[in-house]
Amino acid sequence: MSVLVDENTRLAVAGITGREGTFHTLNNRAYGTNVVGGVTPGKGGQDVDGIPVFNSWQEAAQSSAPNTAMIFVPPRFAADSILEAAAAGVELIIAITEGIPAHDELRVYNTLARDYPKTRLVGPNCPGILSPGKANVGIIPAAFFSAGNVGVVSRSGTLTYQIGNELAKAEVGCSTIVGIGGDPVPGSSFIDIVALFEADPQTELIVLSGEIGGSAEEEAADYIAEHVSKPVVAYIAGFTAPPGKQMGHAGAIVSGSAGTAAAKAEALEARGVRVGRTPTETASIAVELLGA
Amino acid sequence: MDLLEYQGKQLFARHGLRVSSGEAVDSVDDAVAVAERVGYPVVVKAQVLIGGRGKAGGVKLAANADEAREHATNILGMDIKGHTVRTLWIEHASDIASEYYASVLLDRSAKAPLVMFSTEGGVDIEEVAEKTPEKLIRHHVDALAGLTREEALTIARDGGVDADVVEGVADALVALYEVWLQEDATLAEINPLIVTPEREVRALDAKVSLDGNALYRHEENSGLSDPENEDPIERRAKENGVQYVALDGDIGIMGNGAGLVMSTLDVVSLAGGAPANFLDAGGGSDAAKVEQAIGLILSNPRVKAVLINIFGGITRCDEVANGLIGAFHALSPSVPFVVRLDGTNDVAGRELLEQAGLAGVHTAGTMNEAAEKVVALAGGAG
Repeated sequence: MSVLVDENTRLAVAGITGREGTFHTLNNRAYGTNVVGGVTPGKGGQDVDGIPVFNSWQEAAQSSAPNTAMIFVPPRFAADSILEAAAAGVELIIAITEGIPAHDELRVYNTLARDYPKTRLVGPNCPGILSPGKANVGIIPAAFFSAGNVGVVSRSGTLTYQIGNELAKAEVGCSTIVGIGGDPVPGSSFIDIVALFEADPQTELIVLSGEIGGSAEEEAADYIAEHVSKPVVAYIAGFTAPPGKQMGHAGAIVSGSAGTAAAKAEALEARGVRVGRTPTETASIAVELLGA
Repeated sequence: MDLLEYQGKQLFARHGLRVSSGEAVDSVDDAVAVAERVGYPVVVKAQVLIGGRGKAGGVKLAANADEAREHATNILGMDIKGHTVRTLWIEHASDIASEYYASVLLDRSAKAPLVMFSTEGGVDIEEVAEKTPEKLIRHHVDALAGLTREEALTIARDGGVDADVVEGVADALVALYEVWLQEDATLAEINPLIVTPEREVRALDAKVSLDGNALYRHEENSGLSDPENEDPIERRAKENGVQYVALDGDIGIMGNGAGLVMSTLDVVSLAGGAPANFLDAGGGSDAAKVEQAIGLILSNPRVKAVLINIFGGITRCDEVANGLIGAFHALSPSVPFVVRLDGTNDVAGRELLEQAGLAGVHTAGTMNEAAEKVVALAGGAG
């Protein structure tokens, strides 16, 4: 097994007719992902290399029955596209779009929670989800990952590829790689994805790749201590990042000392999660734990 | 995007939040003219994006034109923690009966707007939060419904404000929430929010941070950034669509993706080196962009060696190699480079580099090896 995307995925893509949208959609299809449609208002009836394009998510849902949506539209249209996909009944929405206003993300998150509680949003500003050998939804370069039993969840794109590549060199494969994105209000948190890996029989070990800012890693540490039986290895980027230009004091009051790489590593280690100091060390800890 | 006090106050006024009458100026003569107009006593306030202005001597009271001239002369051009004062805000000095604190921000972990309020304003609010948390009200707002006047009245009452200003404080909180919401702010903070002896509620300071991703729907706010106060290389980077942050060391760093670049800084530091900058060339870096990025790194005279760490996802390594070759021909750098290319088209990229036979360019197979090489080339750990 794997989580979120696999051979049962039926993908439709908002923004399929854009340059990047077309390129990555066809890449995903070439990998074996079942792409059943695309959505671009005003371009319904056209096709992208044989993939039918619809004017709306409602039309796409009626004609092609997608169970997964990928959002590739420009930032100013992304919030509405996500909500439209949810209203059309799509229960997994993966938003690649970068640069969505924070207030839009807040509105989307709270609207989904209130009106479409079954819908899961991953991203925005994320590289997508890859289940090696089964399906790839997004922009993760699949060549650097092989199928196996490590679940990877990460806030950063390129860092995920780096860690996946280190694992592959050690001949360790992945069940699923999930990019949750680094935006202020992500649809899915570390906790949401770690819970899926805990329940997935194929996943034997979880790699969590975080970075400075916010408190998602600290919250994940508490959750792991209480609810996760599988070994978790973490990596945190940004130990040497200078403190940002903090504006006012309100942010500091909310997060306290949380948010620095040191505080995150400490929180994770205090709850039994081993933290690698480099991507290489993180991969080698994972290899060591799997071999034991 | 952080705003100066006077810019924040302009947004406050736009949403009906009371501020003292005043004006922003950039010369001593204009400062005196505004002081005459708003009436003495006036406050002369340095406009910089850093806290602790008062302690640094950047906020002064003037009772007459001579004092206004003296203070404006002293404060203009003053250096406050590395920020040069180029603008002053002159306002009529307020009589103060009470000082409160109010803010609205996006609480990332609750995924909701958070309103905070305290009657212990005008002081270090972080200390209030830590030592007497019961004096700081924290109220999460339903993001879809917004802050209602009823909620604002409750916050004011629970906060313990004087009965006769409960309504005035509630109005100020609702207006502050509107600033936060309508202007796409990530933070809107007032410290202090004052009550005058005439029982008027007024914002004496303003700290507002706007979401750069939302500027497209606020044309009226696009002029509010402060390029004068930015690092010149950071400003050039922004114009080129590249993320650059100046650091103190001597090893230039370029990578793709913020996480990987942060990780690269960490690995270089672990190897005993000191990064000179953070530079995220972003996804899909083409040759022209890479050349610009390298130009930015080399414009810092402290740089003794450069590490390029690319893991190609969208970014293609052969394009990075072409950019590097172009940059070398254009810039003829005198410092050594270590290049690590991995990912999409990495073999083609490395072949291009080898064929070009560039002097002073070293390659590395892994991130750790690349970091060790560049630290050695920069003169070793230290």
